[in-house]
Amino acid sequence: MSRLYPGATGDWEAVIGLEIHAQVISEAKLFSGAATAFGAEPNTQVSFVCSAQPGMLPVINEECVRQAVRTGLAMGCKINLRSIFDRKNYFYADLPQGYQISQFKDPIVGEGVVTIDLEDGSTKEIGVERLHLEQDAGKSMHDQHPTMTYVDLNRSGVALMEIVSKPDMRTPEEAAAYFKKIRSIVRYAGTCDGNMEQGSMRADVNVSVRRPGEAFGTRTETKNVNSIRYVTQVVESEIRRQIDLIEDGGTVNQETRLFEVATGTTRPMRSKEEAHDYRYFPDPDLLPLEFSQEFVDQLAKEMPELADAKKERFIRDLHITPYNAAVLTAEKENADYFETLLAATVDKTGKPISELGSLVSNWITSDLFGALKKLGKSINESPVSIEHAAELLGLQLDGTISGRIAKDVFDIMLDTGNSPEAIVEEKGLKQVSDTGAIEAMIDEILAENADKVEEYRGGKDKLFGFFVGQVMKKTGGKANPQVVNQLLRPKLDG
Amino acid sequence: MTELTKFTLSEARNALHKGDISSRELTEAHLNAMEDAKELNCFVAVTAEKAMEMADNADAMIKAGNAKGMTGIPIGMKDLYCTKGVHSQTCSHILDGFKPEYESTVSQNLWDDGAVMLGKTNMDEFAMGSSNENSYYGPVKNPWRAAGSDKDTVPGGSSGGSAAAVAADIAIATTGTDTGGSIRQPASFAGLVGLKPTYGRCSRWGMIAFASSLDQAGPLTKTVRDAAIMMESMAGYDPKDSTSINIPVPNYEAALKGDIRGLKVGVPSEYRVDGMPQEIENLWQKGIDWLKDAGAEIVDISLPHTKYALPTYYIVAPAECSSNLARYDGVKYGLRVAGSSLDDMYKKTRAAGFGDEVKRRILIGTYVLSAGYYDAYYLKAQKVRTLIANDFKAAYEKCDVILTPTAPSAAFALGDKVDDPLAMYLNDVFTVPASLAGLPGISVPAGLSAEGLPLGLQLLGQAFGEEQLLNVADVLETAAGFKHKPAKWWGDAS
Repeated sequence: MSRLYPGATGDWEAVIGLEIHAQVISEAKLFSGAATAFGAEPNTQVSFVCSAQPGMLPVINEECVRQAVRTGLAMGCKINLRSIFDRKNYFYADLPQGYQISQFKDPIVGEGVVTIDLEDGSTKEIGVERLHLEQDAGKSMHDQHPTMTYVDLNRSGVALMEIVSKPDMRTPEEAAAYFKKIRSIVRYAGTCDGNMEQGSMRADVNVSVRRPGEAFGTRTETKNVNSIRYVTQVVESEIRRQIDLIEDGGTVNQETRLFEVATGTTRPMRSKEEAHDYRYFPDPDLLPLEFSQEFVDQLAKEMPELADAKKERFIRDLHITPYNAAVLTAEKENADYFETLLAATVDKTGKPISELGSLVSNWITSDLFGALKKLGKSINESPVSIEHAAELLGLQLDGTISGRIAKDVFDIMLDTGNSPEAIVEEKGLKQVSDTGAIEAMIDEILAENADKVEEYRGGKDKLFGFFVGQVMKKTGGKANPQVVNQLLRPKLDG
Repeated sequence: MTELTKFTLSEARNALHKGDISSRELTEAHLNAMEDAKELNCFVAVTAEKAMEMADNADAMIKAGNAKGMTGIPIGMKDLYCTKGVHSQTCSHILDGFKPEYESTVSQNLWDDGAVMLGKTNMDEFAMGSSNENSYYGPVKNPWRAAGSDKDTVPGGSSGGSAAAVAADIAIATTGTDTGGSIRQPASFAGLVGLKPTYGRCSRWGMIAFASSLDQAGPLTKTVRDAAIMMESMAGYDPKDSTSINIPVPNYEAALKGDIRGLKVGVPSEYRVDGMPQEIENLWQKGIDWLKDAGAEIVDISLPHTKYALPTYYIVAPAECSSNLARYDGVKYGLRVAGSSLDDMYKKTRAAGFGDEVKRRILIGTYVLSAGYYDAYYLKAQKVRTLIANDFKAAYEKCDVILTPTAPSAAFALGDKVDDPLAMYLNDVFTVPASLAGLPGISVPAGLSAEGLPLGLQLLGQAFGEEQLLNVADVLETAAGFKHKPAKWWGDAS
């Protein structure tokens, strides 16, 4: 299912690989005890180690090691029981040590495979090359002073996981889906919060083009792309730019590029000639990182339930459709919302959980997601609380309102934030199940439409719906449709 | 009371514990001696006030019955150790004004035991040198002069100030650091005992790094017993140094049993290097005879990769230093020379801040780690390093300790080798192999050269075999009976 890109001289194929930097969830930095909370005042989370004071030494934070292993396990990767920290040497004002401690030849996590879900419902396997641990740098602020640069070292030494894919993606959609999948995995594993606005996750996007079946072309690397949409834009614009460049007789330079949000395109950052020689070598301040298989096994045992397992459980135990299960488990917050609402609905109605999964999942994937999409909000920003949602579903389940009325009530809930019970009460939306009242109404309608009754009895079965509609109209939609059906048919069949 | 400065550490300890003397008078005597010996340039910072305060505390400790071996002993700290609020610049211009906000683990261990700091001792800048002529604060003069000569000699390096201070009776003992011989060679040049323990025995936390995989703390003292007492205080596991080893610190003094009967002493044929002066050869033979007379068995051993040790060292140590010294960039502390851009500031700061030898090693180290040269130099050197370590392992199958000369010559004249770095590097030829293997070594004064300058013999031990090493050194010391002192030519010559 490789997609081809037409050029003036024929078709082209794109080859895409991602290096994702994910900030490890940990109280302290990778090699020092300094705190990692986002948004603190500049230089308030800096230890002697992360400001590279003379004579200071790094000591590995074991929680960061556990987080990397958990992430590796969640991606189905090989865990390396022995890995090595190397120094990547370069000078910059916000790199206090003059080197970044990273892992070069022997990373903590090796190869694995993740499955991405594509829009058309198909899936594709994308290889993971490796995951390694490394330190983040500080932040240079060039806009604080006319001639000086200010440096904030709060981020200096914060643990990052660099997750390197194989060049297995061929389209912008696949690249976006992969980025999304990795984000979902680390959030499920509880190893990275995936918060792209705060810089917790960003991707370096490698793109090259080639004639189908030929060897890889020269790639460019676009740095620090911090949203799924931008990844799509980077890949699209790079594919187009590279094809045009080659077809115009040019060649693609192996270079680092930057994404410009305003134009949705990339521009070169620095040419290869200026590229650093990082002089990697094993950090002599740190021993090789070694742990046992038992350590890994224990972490595997304690792993939270991941998306794929959750999906299977939803289908098997809760009897929800595979489609709904896939939609709900794609993002951890959706799955969490579903399970919380399901539990609240069980509480509300006293019905067994297996009977409610289908209703609750349908309501979330259609009604709630539809409303959130219109509002442009995420599930965590939903204007409808779990409590109110459970109440709404409860009213529907106990026959107080019909499914159709429930939709109206939900609209009002979105507007007002009121509880569904209050809305039903206030607007008089309770379903009419009183057989006497409905029967009287049916008699009235049959009398008013004697001609249609004749036609029905003459064999025009389809008119049954017309009579149901009339009853609903007379009750303002509040008549219990089941009751209407039960009473109407014997009277019509006469 | 000049007699107070003649005390060895163990004598002073005994007198202090008995209450015959106070730390206050002992410290005052040494501060006076320091004042008198300014022209030796042993100290780059004097902490007289602090010393008196520490002495009083030590006297209180002794009174309270809490005296330890080091309590009340006035010592000099090599300027390489970070001492809180006190000059800690590795005698480099680039750390101008740097006073750390923390105390190195080794110095803290000494203070915890009640040792008294007289000040910070001069050294080759960043511990790079074998003559103490590479200090930003000027060269140190060895108290020893050739018989009948008024020509200054070097005290060796890099712990030259530490060696000269003890030789001149300014400090009872001093700390040094040894990367390739920086404790043992100056000990040999100044008629002292210098112990470099096993790599990992002392914490490197708070020691300003030169070459992380080689640097070790150790004492320079008047006797082997003194070294044993001081080593016990300095050593210990430190969770803040990932390369420190968690094994208990023994009572080293108790290991001085004076009995080495049946012990096997290895004599490596490869240490008979071309051009070695006959008097060194003769002294070595004497040492062999002394140990034999004491009941040891002499075993011929081979350390076949010895000749590669020096070139290996001069790849590994500069490689690590080129990275370790990257943090001295003018951004955070120490010297900054303004520039037109960040790069310009880096260049001007580092050009002004580092001396020639440091620059030379940064250049060598940068070169050997560069793309295209890494495999040929750094990686090859690491492999040879393993072979050298294996040589020792094989040798220790046949013997318990190894006896060699400490240095290929006695102290040379000040200025003699400053223009010939290679001749200078040859000073380390006997000390570097054990450094590369991480093994302990001790230099014991064993005789005088024809010119009347001290010469040392080196004993090498097995990893964490300091007890045995000290025991043999003690026997060697007794047999050699080295009682010479430099004739006082400095200060108030009375």
